[in-house]
Amino acid sequence: MLERIAHLEHEALQELESAVTEEQLELWRIAHLGRNSPLMKVFESMRTLSKEDRPIVGRRANEAKSALESAFEARRQALYQAALEQSLQRERLDVTLPGRPLAYGRLHPVTRTLRRIIQIFSTMGFQVYRSREVETDEFNFQLLNFPPHHPAREMQDSYYVVTREERGDNPVLLRTHTSPGQIHAMREFAAQNPHHPPPIRIVLPGMCYRYEQVSARYEVQFTQVEGLAVGERVTFGDLKGTIADFARCLFGENVRTRFRASHFPFTEPSAEVDFECFLCGGEGCGVCKYTGWLEIMGCGMVHPVVLSNGGYDPRRYSGFAFGMGPERLAMLIYGIQDIRYFWMNDLRFLEQF
Amino acid sequence: MKVPVSWIKEYVEIPLPIEELARRLTLAGFEVEELRYVGLPMPTAKQEAARGAHLRQETKITGLEWARDKIVVAAVLEVMPHPNADRLVLCRLDDGQQEHIVLTGAPNLFPYKGLGALERPLKVPYAREGAQIYDGHQPGQVLTTLKRAKIRGVESYSMICSEKELGISDDHEGIIILDDDAPLGMPLADYMGDAVLDIAITPNIARGASILGVAREVAALCGTELHPPSYSFLAEGAPIEGRAFIEIRNPELNPRFVLGLIEEVKVMPSPYWVQRRLRLAGMRPINNVVDATNYVMLEIGEPLHAFDYDALLKRSGGKPPRIITRTAQSGERLTTLDGVERTLDDFTVLVCDTAGPLSIAGVMGGAETEVHPASRNILLEGAAWNFINIRRTIAAQNMNSEAAYRFSRGVHPAMAARGVARCLELMRQWSGGKVAQGLVDAYPLPPEDPIVEIHTADVRRWLGIDLHADEIAGILRRLEFKVEVDGDRLRAKTPDHRLDINTGVVGMADLMEEIARIYGYERIPETRLADELPPQKVNRLLEAEEHLRDLLADLGLQEVMTYRLTSPEREARLFPGEVEINEAMYVRLANPIAIDRRVMRRNLLAGLLEVAERNARQVTRLALFEVGPVYLLSEKSELPREPLRLAILMGGLRSLPFWQGDSNGYLDFYDLKGVLEGLFASLHVGKVTYQVSEHPTFHPGKCARLLIEGKEMGWMGVLHPLVQAKWDVPGFSVLAAELDAEVLLEAIPQRYTLLPVHAYPPVREDLALIVDVHIEAERVYQVILQAGGKLLTSVQLFDVYQGEPIEAGKKSLAYRLTYQAEDRTLTDEEVAKIRRRIVQRVEQELGATLRTI
Repeated sequence: MLERIAHLEHEALQELESAVTEEQLELWRIAHLGRNSPLMKVFESMRTLSKEDRPIVGRRANEAKSALESAFEARRQALYQAALEQSLQRERLDVTLPGRPLAYGRLHPVTRTLRRIIQIFSTMGFQVYRSREVETDEFNFQLLNFPPHHPAREMQDSYYVVTREERGDNPVLLRTHTSPGQIHAMREFAAQNPHHPPPIRIVLPGMCYRYEQVSARYEVQFTQVEGLAVGERVTFGDLKGTIADFARCLFGENVRTRFRASHFPFTEPSAEVDFECFLCGGEGCGVCKYTGWLEIMGCGMVHPVVLSNGGYDPRRYSGFAFGMGPERLAMLIYGIQDIRYFWMNDLRFLEQF
Repeated sequence: MKVPVSWIKEYVEIPLPIEELARRLTLAGFEVEELRYVGLPMPTAKQEAARGAHLRQETKITGLEWARDKIVVAAVLEVMPHPNADRLVLCRLDDGQQEHIVLTGAPNLFPYKGLGALERPLKVPYAREGAQIYDGHQPGQVLTTLKRAKIRGVESYSMICSEKELGISDDHEGIIILDDDAPLGMPLADYMGDAVLDIAITPNIARGASILGVAREVAALCGTELHPPSYSFLAEGAPIEGRAFIEIRNPELNPRFVLGLIEEVKVMPSPYWVQRRLRLAGMRPINNVVDATNYVMLEIGEPLHAFDYDALLKRSGGKPPRIITRTAQSGERLTTLDGVERTLDDFTVLVCDTAGPLSIAGVMGGAETEVHPASRNILLEGAAWNFINIRRTIAAQNMNSEAAYRFSRGVHPAMAARGVARCLELMRQWSGGKVAQGLVDAYPLPPEDPIVEIHTADVRRWLGIDLHADEIAGILRRLEFKVEVDGDRLRAKTPDHRLDINTGVVGMADLMEEIARIYGYERIPETRLADELPPQKVNRLLEAEEHLRDLLADLGLQEVMTYRLTSPEREARLFPGEVEINEAMYVRLANPIAIDRRVMRRNLLAGLLEVAERNARQVTRLALFEVGPVYLLSEKSELPREPLRLAILMGGLRSLPFWQGDSNGYLDFYDLKGVLEGLFASLHVGKVTYQVSEHPTFHPGKCARLLIEGKEMGWMGVLHPLVQAKWDVPGFSVLAAELDAEVLLEAIPQRYTLLPVHAYPPVREDLALIVDVHIEAERVYQVILQAGGKLLTSVQLFDVYQGEPIEAGKKSLAYRLTYQAEDRTLTDEEVAKIRRRIVQRVEQELGATLRTI
């Protein structure tokens, strides 16, 4: 009997080798482990065995059964693995084919640059103040210490607006800079407490207009961001420090700034500010035209006449102001050659951001 | 302002290399735009690099260096004919070492041809073989190296140079004949090598529009002493008194007028060194008399005018001339030196005599009394004019001159007498005349030179640096302020060569600028704001506007920013058919630069359509938005309203091109509406109504008026075919919306609360209704929603169908309804009850029937 079991086991294991599909495997299971299989018959015939033989044969039959079962399981696993392997191979993709394009939106580069500037200054406590684009000569020039016929006006040729009535020395015009907002803001703040006006820290972003022939460098409209800080302890040194912090935030920790004396009617002293070239670190390259410096902004201490016009006594208060062009910054940062790209809105340009 | 360095050195020692001087001047507000070498050794790239990156400058460095061993002062001993060429001569020349034969075609040597050995040899600049100079025969400045060659049979290896060849000017009419005292054999670079600073003069440094003005600045920056020229003259003639008179009618416009007289001058070319300086400074030498006036103008900044005295005598019938300054009568005419007959304004100031106008004051003279080669007696004018009035005049007349350039920036009246005195002396030296004793000086309105009081605390308060009173005084004295120090207080009297210093607190700021400039901006430390931080507030409108931009980009739209200047014609393209242009609706420019940018826009859509036109052929899908103001005339004010708008434009294929080619068709009305719904949902604004309505820009059946909480917000729709036909956007219909962004942003709630996520399972079921085709989906939706009550939590339309087997004139609307209670699982009975209620209501109110499938 034991020999028969050994024979059955051996035979079954041999047959298992040839089962290569799920169906064949199932047929094998029925043939060798099914109710009518010879091995099961052995269990059935146990009754006929002697009391002494029964446990011996029984143990051996059970051994054979579990050997066949585990062989079956192993075979099943192997077949599954092989089939899986095959289907994985079959489903192989060309992963280098392009992905399905999503139609996603982007912000205009000027919006991006404005936000970056505003964000840096907001960490220093400067809040955004906005004012109108169509202004009077009074706010755009006179209150900012540009008297009529003053030579400094030559630098800012204006677009004048047709009005219902002749307005003499105070025509309506498109603002040439965001500086009229300085007066609006100072007056608004001063009105809160005329005898002791509160400190001011604001940035003034917005669209400005100048009467210029359009070229790769000049546009009829351009955005500007100005800053204004007024208080009882605001110095030229603070102006330098604030701008230097801004330069480091914008271009990197080691970027240096350089202040050159200049002239603007609404500040005194005034300065032009150069930032060390972010590309070459001051060594000289195409972006900085081999000077190592980039001309970024104009600034200065708020002129006493402007402070007075804003309701701040220049004997007690001082302030600084600065202004820069986001388009120019974007041009430097992204290597844009022509300022006209900004309002042309060619998607081949815009979609690169 | 072109400033030869050699000329500055006449008044001040320069203890710095020229490039460093240029950098210091630039940092101090005298921006050197170009540094042009004319002979002096130029810095090599290596030297520049060694200076360190932070010292490098943006000054453009140009020019030519004269090799000291190759270009020298020589003497032409004899001018001889060329054996084979009539238009050339041979010069026997001594270069200090040996004699050479030099070939030249210079016409100014021809008068000496064949005279034999010259009694007075001609001093000339001589370039030896191998010298590098500019090619005189080529336009512009082209470098060339002298090489040995045979010209018409005569060996040539060296050259006598013209100004063009040496880079002094573009003059190539003849060779330079130097002054007789030029030392033979001396390297030319040592004799007259130079460098020219081209300085940009901003309005606050009008005093810098002269060599002396720049020299004063150099002295202040370097701490060296300034030696101004002498303003005394040797007068050997009869006194001027009684030989010319002055009458000033408006001292406000003409505070001072000075006359001097020089007689028996000989008009001829100026000495070469004068001509060279004028040329380097950008002026053309004329003759010794005119050159003297220009020289003094360049030197000290006072423009002068020379009259032919005899011509004036003739005009006044032999009597001594009476010079009258007055404003023109409106419409009065004068022909100026440039040959233009000008009609004058009533503010233009004229210099006249009893016979009529002579010149436009401070700007340009008239032809009749001009100095000419035969003039013998010269009446010299130096005056002071109101600079604002000169500005108005040159703007109105659209004219300019070197004199007007200076007078329109402000010249101190004290300079008038100095200028006349200095010029009389130079004329005497250069033209051999006799100067009349004294001057005629009308000075009705001397300016008061401001005295400014400052305190060291002002310097700390304004500049943030602590300077000792003596240090401040030292800086101001270097700029020729007269300063008294009393402890920490200073009293500074403005020198009488500048008009840019004011009194009081403005004067204080004026001095701060001077102190900071001379002390050095780079020495002022960078500090952080120590002043009180203002209260920090939220700018809600700005935040909302930026949030709006972010959401629209997130919804797949590209932001654009378009021109805010446009034309009515451009915007008229938003309407079908013939459109009457109504300019009066617009904010109009009085001085547009281009006809198509002459008004401010009244909408954003036209700009977006222009962007669509630009891009339509490049892309298959357009999805754009702009957020920005429009400009609407106001009844109450001359200043327009500038409300913020939002516009969206979409069109083209729904999906971007992909290699699997699965097109999703074209974007349509509902894509645009989906974007808007997404936007409104993300902003959490209240109820938006899409009202069936008509607008000329849009397709009458594909257009909706948008209301937000009952408030008008704008329009959306498919462009009317007749409107679309006006735009070059082919291939697809354009979907567009323009909304009042302010109304939209104001509808954003300060806060919103979330609904709970229910723990009990929802019950979902579908309901298909057949209704009349004219019944709008919104009505059906509202009825279902109301009938459902609060347990009906969602009504989602998932199918709209018309056609077989649905009866004609009817449509089927299929909804997925979701029922949900917060506190329990709904039973079938509860749901069936609600459903019955819904069916009943839609039957009653909309005549709907249940569709059985």
